[in-house]
Amino acid sequence: MAIRSKTFSESYHEDIKLFRTIWLKSWIGLFLVVLAVLPLIGDPYIVYLINLSCIATIAALGLNILTGFTGQISLGHAAFFAIGAYATAIISNRFQVPFWVCLPASGVLAACAGIFVGIPCLRLKGLYLAMATMSFGVVVEYVVITWDNVTKGVRGISVPTLSIFGYPLDSNNKIYYFLIVLTALAILSAANLMRTRVGRAFIAIRDRDIAASVMGVNLTQYKVMAFAISSFYAGIAGGLYAYVMEYIHPEHFTFLLSVQYLAMIIIGGLGSVLGSVFGAVFITIIPEFIKAFAQFLTLLFPALQDKYDDGWNIAAFGLLIMLFLIFEPKGLSGIWNRIKTCFKNWPYTY
Amino acid sequence: MNTEFMFFIQLVVSGIALGCLYALIAVGFVLILKATGIMNFAQGEVIMLSAFICYFLVTTFHVPFLVAVLLTGIIAGLMGIVTERLILRPMLGEPIFSVVMVTIGLSIFLRSMAGILFGHNNLVFPSPFPTEAVKMGGIVVSQTEIWIMLSSLVLAAVFFIFFKYSRMGLAMRGTADHQDVALLMGISVKQVFALIWAVSFITAAASGVFLANVMVINLGLSVVAIGAFPAIVLGGLESIPGAIVGGLAIGIIENLAGGYLDQIIGGGVKDVTPFVVLFLVLMIRPYGLFGKKEIERV
Repeated sequence: MAIRSKTFSESYHEDIKLFRTIWLKSWIGLFLVVLAVLPLIGDPYIVYLINLSCIATIAALGLNILTGFTGQISLGHAAFFAIGAYATAIISNRFQVPFWVCLPASGVLAACAGIFVGIPCLRLKGLYLAMATMSFGVVVEYVVITWDNVTKGVRGISVPTLSIFGYPLDSNNKIYYFLIVLTALAILSAANLMRTRVGRAFIAIRDRDIAASVMGVNLTQYKVMAFAISSFYAGIAGGLYAYVMEYIHPEHFTFLLSVQYLAMIIIGGLGSVLGSVFGAVFITIIPEFIKAFAQFLTLLFPALQDKYDDGWNIAAFGLLIMLFLIFEPKGLSGIWNRIKTCFKNWPYTY
Repeated sequence: MNTEFMFFIQLVVSGIALGCLYALIAVGFVLILKATGIMNFAQGEVIMLSAFICYFLVTTFHVPFLVAVLLTGIIAGLMGIVTERLILRPMLGEPIFSVVMVTIGLSIFLRSMAGILFGHNNLVFPSPFPTEAVKMGGIVVSQTEIWIMLSSLVLAAVFFIFFKYSRMGLAMRGTADHQDVALLMGISVKQVFALIWAVSFITAAASGVFLANVMVINLGLSVVAIGAFPAIVLGGLESIPGAIVGGLAIGIIENLAGGYLDQIIGGGVKDVTPFVVLFLVLMIRPYGLFGKKEIERV
């Protein structure tokens, strides 16, 4: 019997398995156990941050399917997110329907908007596509502010508490498990999607669309599908956001949010499911680190007292985008893979 | 003449003044786009920063207005060279998506740094132009608007002469046309790129100074540049005359929409109309009025 030195595959089926080694399975199991225990022992604020990271992960996964896998730049992801959030808020306020109607409805509505944008955008590429999606974002923001009798405009809209079959999830700790399950589902389905014909077609379109169409990939169908799936994810994430925040306002869904999602997938890693998770978590918690760093600085230089505000977060975040793109274009998932390979191949570096 | 018609003409005239500003901003974008193929999303922040710089030169340092404008232009030009050297040159050969994102990152960075340095207050520029308006046959035009139109005309002429007759202008056009051939002809493409960024930032500074005269100075000034995107697309992305025509057209359309539709739908139509136009242009004629129509054959 040959000794297995590294992970290798003996059949194609084995090659495309999601969890390829027993180690991976056990690590993921351990991780899930930690996640399950965390709200019992952890600080409520950490739970709140994880909740936000979950929502960001779902939205970033959606954007990564469209931008990272299919190669269609979108600067209007916040618009689909907003559509989902407002759909949830309005439907649950007006019709008093349970979440399992509300949430899918938000996703489907956002997906319809995605198709509506996707079809005319078929002819556009690169810069033109970026500008078209960006202008869609501006238009949605305008509609949300102006359509006062439905969206309540700049006064914002409050959202009823999420309740599952009569059991209200009225605290962050309770909604946490719900979010973790949904996020796990979203990650699994995105990872699975990329193993199917559809996912392969997306990647083919990204790499060279003309060649893909010669190989029998229907460009129209798949590009629109990418838009629909991506905005479905964004819609679901938006709905969850509305439930978690319990109050939404047009200010939450500006161009900066779209850029934030793009930053997540760039810093995480374009075209990588794991990367979307890394990026989403990273961007969500980075303000906390900056805050802590600012406090540390004020200890050293008392003159800096009260100089810290939100502006520093945003500045650091712009700087991070630039630095990652210039020095580490593959993102956090690239670093992760390098470290992993280094451990796997130890003591031989190659 | 009836008042309906006068109202229309009034809207068109102030639309032209606004359009000149858009055209100026659009030219700043198009210069970089044409020569290097990069869409600089940080242009708006440069405009905003120049407005702030000019304001502080005039108020805090008591520099005469014209000198302040000159100094602002020089500072902006230096900023352009530094940006090109530090941020864009490492990105040579990267996919267009990454390059666009780098400029977006730069724009976020500059805007929040401006917020930290200059604060979030509205500042009012001590305008050097007389405030009383000029009346011409019932149409009211402010003197600032007249100066904006005149200076835009002069700048457009300067650009035209520079690109048509000067040696450097020719080198820039050559580089925009074909980088490899330009390199073989002994043009230093790196130098041309640095200079293009400088010239583009100087244009942005000029529009920033004018904007400071017609609006209050705050961080929101950078958003005005996004309002120039429709102008660029309408003109056809890589054409300087296109940018000018597009800018004027968008200015007039925006004003007309504001004048007539605001009463029907309610406020804010003015701000969103350019984007609706942008969306329509992209759907119907993505290469704009003057752009090259690229044909892909399969």
